[in-house]
Amino acid sequence: MCAVELITDKRAETGVLINDFAIVAATVNGSGSQTANNTLVRALFKMGIPVNGKNLFPSNIYGLPTWYTIRLSKDGYLARRPDYHVLAAMNPKTQAEDIANLASGGICIYPEEWKLKPTRSDIVYIPMPVREMVKESGAAPTLKEYVANMVYVGAIAELLGIDLHEIKSALSYFLKGKAKAVDLNYFLVERAAAYVRERFADVPRNFRVERMDATRGKVLIEGNSAAALGAIFGGVSVVAWYPITPSTSMIDALMEYAKELRVEPDGKTTLVVVQAEDELAAAGIVIGAGWMGARALAATSGPGISLMAEFSGLAYFAEVPCVIWDIQRVGPSTGLPTRTSQGDVLKVYYLSHGDTRHVVLLPANMKECFEFGWRAHDLADRLQTPVFVLSDLDLGMNLWITDPFDYPDQPMDRGKVITYEDLEKFGTWGRYKDVDGDGIAYRSLPGQGPAYFARGTGHTEYATYSERPDDWAKNLDRLARKHNTARRLVPQPISDIEEDAAFGIIAYGSTDAPIAEARDLLKAADLPTSYHRVRALPLGEATREFLSLYERVYVVENNHIGQMAQLLKMEYPDFANRIVSVSYCDGLPLTARWIADSILEREQR
Amino acid sequence: MTARTAKTNALGLEKTAYKGAESTLCNGCGHDSISAKIIDACWELGLDQRYIFKLSGIGCSSKTPAYFLGLSHSFNTVHGRMPSVATGATLANHKLICIGVSGDGDTGSIGLGQFKHLLRRNVPMVYIVENNGVYGLTKGQFSATADENQRQKYYGVNRFPPIDLCLEAIVADCTFVARSFSGDPKQCRELIKAALSHKGTALLDIISPCVTFNDTPESTKSYAYGKAYNIELQQIEYIPPDLVIQRQEITIPDYAEGETITVTLHDGSQILLKKTDNSHDPRDKQAAIRLLERAKAEQKFITGLIYIAEPRPTLGELERITDTPLAELPEERLRPSREALARIMARLS
Repeated sequence: MCAVELITDKRAETGVLINDFAIVAATVNGSGSQTANNTLVRALFKMGIPVNGKNLFPSNIYGLPTWYTIRLSKDGYLARRPDYHVLAAMNPKTQAEDIANLASGGICIYPEEWKLKPTRSDIVYIPMPVREMVKESGAAPTLKEYVANMVYVGAIAELLGIDLHEIKSALSYFLKGKAKAVDLNYFLVERAAAYVRERFADVPRNFRVERMDATRGKVLIEGNSAAALGAIFGGVSVVAWYPITPSTSMIDALMEYAKELRVEPDGKTTLVVVQAEDELAAAGIVIGAGWMGARALAATSGPGISLMAEFSGLAYFAEVPCVIWDIQRVGPSTGLPTRTSQGDVLKVYYLSHGDTRHVVLLPANMKECFEFGWRAHDLADRLQTPVFVLSDLDLGMNLWITDPFDYPDQPMDRGKVITYEDLEKFGTWGRYKDVDGDGIAYRSLPGQGPAYFARGTGHTEYATYSERPDDWAKNLDRLARKHNTARRLVPQPISDIEEDAAFGIIAYGSTDAPIAEARDLLKAADLPTSYHRVRALPLGEATREFLSLYERVYVVENNHIGQMAQLLKMEYPDFANRIVSVSYCDGLPLTARWIADSILEREQR
Repeated sequence: MTARTAKTNALGLEKTAYKGAESTLCNGCGHDSISAKIIDACWELGLDQRYIFKLSGIGCSSKTPAYFLGLSHSFNTVHGRMPSVATGATLANHKLICIGVSGDGDTGSIGLGQFKHLLRRNVPMVYIVENNGVYGLTKGQFSATADENQRQKYYGVNRFPPIDLCLEAIVADCTFVARSFSGDPKQCRELIKAALSHKGTALLDIISPCVTFNDTPESTKSYAYGKAYNIELQQIEYIPPDLVIQRQEITIPDYAEGETITVTLHDGSQILLKKTDNSHDPRDKQAAIRLLERAKAEQKFITGLIYIAEPRPTLGELERITDTPLAELPEERLRPSREALARIMARLS
């Protein structure tokens, strides 16, 4: 991280912070803190306060440390902030570091039975008799560890002023209305709240929540659920996958929503999900289904993408539509399986050997996870090619506030398909013949239209085997033409131009949230910025235009080698000297502070 | 029936209508004989090529779908991965007939994992392995089905025992497992017809000599060995469903009691198996495994229907796929309504 904090955050200077601070629950993985954390987030959301929850969890089933960060932001900033003011220290192994990192003036809630010796005089310690309260609740032995987390929920609610009714409603929401479970959990919440009220009445309430009206009409969802819904509304009917973090929850959501949305009155389904033996097979299944004419999807992450490389080249070259979601985690290799990055951009764009280039969509928020979810299938059919969607763990597995999703604004686009009847009108038909000049030929589906021989080997316009140099070159020229057509059809970038900006920022995907905040920080330091958010590859004319506007364009991304910056330099060599890479990856989402400081530092050189 | 001439089938088509492009394999390649038998079987059964699709992996064998059923769609995929493509394609359209052609390298080496999982899921298709024990396109390396201690000019002696794909199929609960020899056209043809009537995966391992790289007499996958040592388990006759009822009474008495097994397939067709070796009943799984183990130990060349069982539900049946093929569903059955989205959004608020 940047060593010098160049911009002072004025927001932290007042004595009492209202709806503008962060909470961390430090727990042991597998101890069931998810319900506790989700309950807090939902209660705050229902109080109308902009809130974002981020789960920092280990690649482990039980025992390793987990941190859940809840950020409240009256200004609506949804990015991670590096500091925190309220700590629920529930993990004895990490408590020393957790407490050391708590902001000055912060509150530390911890189990009384640890008998901690306070080491800091600038924070408030709130010991809670967790074991005693759990015993008093009468929870069954198997549930004790789970419900213990409700003690910090109750304590935090009381200290911050979270409405207990909202806590109870949120509990009921997550426990699906099961009265016994709700009562047991809520007993501990109330008990802990009452205890804090009595014992710690004199502790100053420096961090407070107050009802706002900033979440009315909004919904709370994870990116993987949004993506799953998008795919279902895109008419996906064959899904194949191999379990891999962090994409698994997308498939879980697909299966769950399919039960509600895609089962017909006779009990039969229009959406089948196959758990394949590996990612190679998952890719093969979706390519087989796509070739047959079904809308098909696979979801995976980096290691799975590597395994899908060969098949991706086949789908590109035989021109088979399918959609592959990559919920990015940190590589190289197995890397950090449960941490986030934007490290697969170059790999996916050029996935497979030879001259292969793909269409890649880059959603940045929940609405785009949904929209690109259905649109990817239209694009795959229109362009007759695999379409990759690059989400990441930060988008996919964390809860985000969003406006409700818009229903698809156009009917499903099945692209250029000819049937037996069409053939009579056409007279002749060449599967790979570019009759419209856009590089996209007409395809035919088994059982529905004239036969052709699909293959990954060299072929003519009429899909016959060929090793002739002119056939090969001509076909590759057409595929390049098709790639250029894709530049116009994919979601176009969004530019936000500030009249007096001295430089531009280019970014994509999940860094959108910290960039919005970083731009405000920079503006406060008298540095207005223009922002260009790329939403898909291949890049198009709009990006060239943006690059032409500024002498310096910072390309911000969450990977180590600045992959998008490299791609931009390759695509626009005339502007290569303007492009400055601002990239960093340590497994955590970028913060606004780091982005603003990194840019400022370079501006001051 | 009366209008049908000897040269056309039930669809009124001549056999030439079932041909594909001209083969580019070596003269005398066993694979070409198998292509010819696929043509025979489909023509004789009167199958409509528009409702058949062909799949293959990579290798000499995987080139052959270009050489038969020229009016059927085909997909020549990647090495060893035909099974996953077949899985997706048959899920997307379960009304079509899938014929897959693979080789011993494609299925026994690079694709062994996908092969086993395809069988485990009971993907409905005829899976033909054109088995020659050698990698022809890369000039004669041993494959995983090559005989132990076999010698090759450049690659020396194969010191590893062969993988028996029929044995692998039985262990993976495939319910139709047969072995044949490309030099025995009648048996090949009858087994292909029976396989086309089977519900679920039907595996046909056809020993198909490589005339260029593996036709040495000591190889069990050579013409000489096949001709000399082929032990047929049964003489096989396939009776299509529309003929079963009328022919039943006539054919069964042709065979002596105790020597003939009649197996009825799910579409009503029957296979009559006249035993030449009374010791094997293909409905006995343990016997089938013992037979193959013994044949492997003795380097015997056993052909015929090795194992057949009551078909398990196919993958699509287990997944309860709707009757209209997924690939043919209209938008209104694929995209949920505006109201459904509004309902979900309300729930998340």
